[in-house]
Amino acid sequence: MSGETGRAMIEVDKLNVIFGLGADRVHAVRDVSFRVPEGTTFGLVGESGSGKSTVLRALSGLNPDWSGRVAVAGQAQKPRRDKAFYKLAQMVFQDPYGSLHPRHTVDRILMEPLAIHRLEDPERRIERVLGEVGLGPDFRFRYPHQLSGGQRQRVAIARALILEPRILLLDEPTSALDVSVQAEVLNLLQRLKQERGLTFVLVSHNLSVVAHMCDDLAVMNHGVVVEELAVAQLKRREPQHPYTRQLMVASLGYDRAAVDRFEDFAREG
Amino acid sequence: MSSQAHDLQGGAGWRAWLLSASPVSRRQARLGRSYIAWLSFQSNHLAMLGLGIVLALILVAILAPLIAPYHPNAQILTDRLQYFSWAHPFGTDELGRDIFSRIIYGSRLTLYIVILVAIIAAPLGLLVGTSAGYLGGWVDKVLMRITDIFLAFPKLVLALALVSALGPGIENAIIAIAITSWPPYARIARAETLTIRNSDFISAVRLQGAGRMRIIWSHIMPLCTSSLIVRVTLDMAGIILIAAGLGFLGLGAQPPLPEWGAMISAGRRVLLDQWWVATVPGIAIFVVSLGFNLLGDGLRDVLDPKSGGQG
Amino acid sequence: MSDKPLLAIEDLHVSFPTRKGVVEAVRGISFSLGREKLGIVGESGSGKSMTGRSILRLVSRPGIVTAKRMEFDGIDLQRASAAQMRRIRGQRISMVMQDPKFSLNPVMRVGEQIAEAYRTHEKVAPAEAKRRSLEMLKAVRIRDPERVYRAYPHEVSGGMGQRIMIAMMLIPDPDLLIADEPTSALDVTVQLQVLAILDDLVTQRGMGLIFISHDLNLVASFCDRVVIMYAGRVMEICDAKNLDAAQHPYTRGLLNCLPRIDSDGRDLAVLRRDPAWMEHGL
Repeated sequence: MSGETGRAMIEVDKLNVIFGLGADRVHAVRDVSFRVPEGTTFGLVGESGSGKSTVLRALSGLNPDWSGRVAVAGQAQKPRRDKAFYKLAQMVFQDPYGSLHPRHTVDRILMEPLAIHRLEDPERRIERVLGEVGLGPDFRFRYPHQLSGGQRQRVAIARALILEPRILLLDEPTSALDVSVQAEVLNLLQRLKQERGLTFVLVSHNLSVVAHMCDDLAVMNHGVVVEELAVAQLKRREPQHPYTRQLMVASLGYDRAAVDRFEDFAREG
Repeated sequence: MSSQAHDLQGGAGWRAWLLSASPVSRRQARLGRSYIAWLSFQSNHLAMLGLGIVLALILVAILAPLIAPYHPNAQILTDRLQYFSWAHPFGTDELGRDIFSRIIYGSRLTLYIVILVAIIAAPLGLLVGTSAGYLGGWVDKVLMRITDIFLAFPKLVLALALVSALGPGIENAIIAIAITSWPPYARIARAETLTIRNSDFISAVRLQGAGRMRIIWSHIMPLCTSSLIVRVTLDMAGIILIAAGLGFLGLGAQPPLPEWGAMISAGRRVLLDQWWVATVPGIAIFVVSLGFNLLGDGLRDVLDPKSGGQG
Repeated sequence: MSDKPLLAIEDLHVSFPTRKGVVEAVRGISFSLGREKLGIVGESGSGKSMTGRSILRLVSRPGIVTAKRMEFDGIDLQRASAAQMRRIRGQRISMVMQDPKFSLNPVMRVGEQIAEAYRTHEKVAPAEAKRRSLEMLKAVRIRDPERVYRAYPHEVSGGMGQRIMIAMMLIPDPDLLIADEPTSALDVTVQLQVLAILDDLVTQRGMGLIFISHDLNLVASFCDRVVIMYAGRVMEICDAKNLDAAQHPYTRGLLNCLPRIDSDGRDLAVLRRDPAWMEHGL
């Protein structure tokens, strides 16, 4: 899209996700296609119900009910993934209070993926990854309830990184955090990406966060990608689709006159 | 936030070690957590009373030969149906046996029943409930319909039927009670599992490649155990009563075993003239049941995350 | 407006005794409010919500609220009797909370809830209450008020639910509305539409509005004045228009760590907390 020459780390082609049957049938994602070059960050932007998180869950292997083509690192993926896939791609969730097991210490949380994949030298790996996310050894034997929201999100990032994946799927990783903590976590993610050459897919409703983090982005509404654009275009405030423009205006703050010009973007197609 | 907490206590180093906000080993973290739970349990006086009763029951059961002045089955037919005295603090029964000694030895039977039922029924219910809840689909349907079948009968009636099929006796009574008490535990464990299974931390272990058994065993079960422990403790009273009921009907412990229910049954023939023969074991059942209930309530406050314990 | 404020608060403290000692959520804050939009901004734990709740004496036990002065339109809120407080709550000061789903009764039609809210304060016939409720639903720009009137809370969307809450809170025509993160659970565009409704109502009816939020950008563009809180203290009170010229290092820090659409992609500034902020407030 933005003329990136790197090979595609993630390719999604005509992804469809349908929930329920009969009268309850919801076509949550329609014909979504995009590709993410290695080492870049791709943003999926949309409001609630736009299907952005559903795309991410299909990509991660959490939701096996999809059709279309998904390829990761050149390998076409089946709905059910094998263990090797999980070493390649990991996910960070939105709610730092719900994504850590309440009865496990940080140590146990980080030990679990190592035990599943039978990796060697767990002690050293845990110490190293804790250091990398900016938590000292002090935190190793704490329970989640002894941590702040930002610290929990760092643990969640450490858990994702400990398998040394090449892709991180980020589902609104900072929307539950205070802005000052958000800045720290975003900086941490940027640093890790540089150091490890990671590829990110970032789902967010916040255009400013996406503009800060991403190289390209797709804007979704009602399960459809309405526009795919390079972040440079967004920064120049030149999106093409009226829906993207409206999101952009809204993210700049409250403007009484602008609100009156808001349209209701109903389902397309 | 809680870093000043232990400074306030001052003194005792082990206390500060337990309450440390940044433990340095797995053991310290686990002990610290238990200690905090203990502190909050301790502040509940009724729960402490319940714990005291249950501990006393255990102690009496262990030390029965030392405490009891007579052998529980020693008959002195000349001393039949005596009132309270120094020689027989709770009097004697219709065969001249010392009721106090029988109550003491009876505590062993009560504890035996309660513990065996708990270690059969609770793990069974936990396994059935968590598997049904997490795996879903036809596994869930089959397991839950079986559970429903067991739940459709009143506990005591089902236990009666089982004991009459297996034959009277204390082991059969225990089996019967265990078989009738697991279904509610399965229900609780399943309900709990359904609320946990879609949470992000379970999704996270799935995305690490964990298998179903691993998820059920080390991520879901530990979260279900606390509410189950509470429920089992609260059910102890009921189990004791059913065991006593079976004993009373002659289907549980057989004579001359000093089972409290059987003792009431024997004493009811002389209830009007020698009331204590039936009443003393009745009081024993009442006190122990109450103890388990109080303990269960206290544990709920500490363990059950939904009622605002230490999440 | 400046010589006789609608609400005056002086040296407000809110504290909670716990096993580990007393936790002070609010430590001596003062501000006043006219018929304007006042924003209270702070991060989690700054005491902003407790400030809002203590005005309506809604701080639950064992919280302790003390203040040198807490006066609403000449009424001493600290001395007011329970009955007086009940009349003030809802009728003269209303409060909108973050999640409408928790504030609405799930088994009662929304219209009936609005009508009931009206009838507890005004002695009117049911038909009149219904007419007023429909009017109110129209005022918060619900397109099909008749249908929404008959709907149950679970049948409406988040944005709609929040508009219904606002309708319910505004039907007794209060002088002051306290909105505690009223829109943070909503999508950005819906959020702004709900704010526009509040904005218009404040202007048309001459209400005072206290808008509690964590979103500095939003508050700066929406409110007239902004109170910035940190650790239970007021760091700075400034005109929203001049927020970019704010002096206090905390305010500056908050502004700098926000990512912006036209950012250059470099690391965000990280807020360095000065322990002295805990000790000295305005």
